[in-house]
Amino acid sequence: MSKVAPVEIEFAGIWVYLAASPLLGLTLTLVAFQLSIWLNRLLGGTALAHPVMLSMAMLIALLLLTDTSYQSYFEGAQFIHFLLGPATVALAVPLYDNLERVKRMLLPLLIACISGAVTAAASAVLVAKLLGAEPATLASIAPKSVTTPIAMGVSEVLGGIPALTASMVLVTGTIGCVVAPWLFRRLRVRDESVQGFALGLAAHGFGTAQAFGISAVAGAFAGLGLGLTGVVTAFLLPLFMRLFLS
Amino acid sequence: MPLLGGITILLLCQLAGEVCARLLGLPVPGPVLGMVLLLGLLIWRKGPPAGLRSASDGLLRHLALLYVPAGVGLMAHFGLIGRDWIPILGGLIASTVLALAVTAVVLGRLNRRGE
Repeated sequence: MSKVAPVEIEFAGIWVYLAASPLLGLTLTLVAFQLSIWLNRLLGGTALAHPVMLSMAMLIALLLLTDTSYQSYFEGAQFIHFLLGPATVALAVPLYDNLERVKRMLLPLLIACISGAVTAAASAVLVAKLLGAEPATLASIAPKSVTTPIAMGVSEVLGGIPALTASMVLVTGTIGCVVAPWLFRRLRVRDESVQGFALGLAAHGFGTAQAFGISAVAGAFAGLGLGLTGVVTAFLLPLFMRLFLS
Repeated sequence: MPLLGGITILLLCQLAGEVCARLLGLPVPGPVLGMVLLLGLLIWRKGPPAGLRSASDGLLRHLALLYVPAGVGLMAHFGLIGRDWIPILGGLIASTVLALAVTAVVLGRLNRRGE
């Protein structure tokens, strides 16, 4: 044992040094994600083992095992997290490519968006309330269908816990990706633009990523669904929740 | 470097969106306003330059990766989730299925009527 100890101390020292630099969090995230994609393919590409969920499980396990704090991990991972902003802006490009289709469908899209967004928020709050959730949980679950930055902002306005909302947003995305292919088959939804729009509306960025896997048209409509739902939710949900909770 | 130009356009739009949201006190996040702004620019310019296309394609192809850092933040809220996990999971599953179904059915019906 005495021969191993110096090596262990040395390794622990290197880990402490690396954990304090952004390099580790950034590299770990990229490695875990690519490992997850490979693993997901090995498992037949099932959405139950979504690469994002696999990466999260791997990274959380690793951080807990090595006693590394989320803050020091995020020091490096923030560089990836930051790209969510420019990626949201970038959705304008596929949207522009499909502008003619979007224009033709504008009114149906708006009606579908409002009914979908209201259904998502109302049913989440209602079911959670029936199952006995606390008020803070209710305010946190209401904006769970929209993309993380919008959802966290709305949650704060409603008196929820933004970080809890962020986790719910991710779980919602995974559920959406798992059930969507089955649901679309049952409901005989074949139109790719309809599939994409529903995915972007109900499962935000996860759904949008999945829609880009169906086709570029589905991806563009998913981006539209994500953006439109975000805006509608940000404006309507605070009013709606005041009525519901009073 | 056309790619560099593309990334710069994306960041400039996001920045302008953030500034607008702050100045006007809108509850909408900056990047969403940035997206609307870029769409307006694309319509006006009649299409994206090559660099912008490759920058946005690159980002959108790896969209799922960008959610991982926020997702790992789940570890900070295990206690809270432990207490309310049944209503949370029930609410999330029911609402996600319903939202997908309502949206797809409503949009599908309205489309068919329009044709």
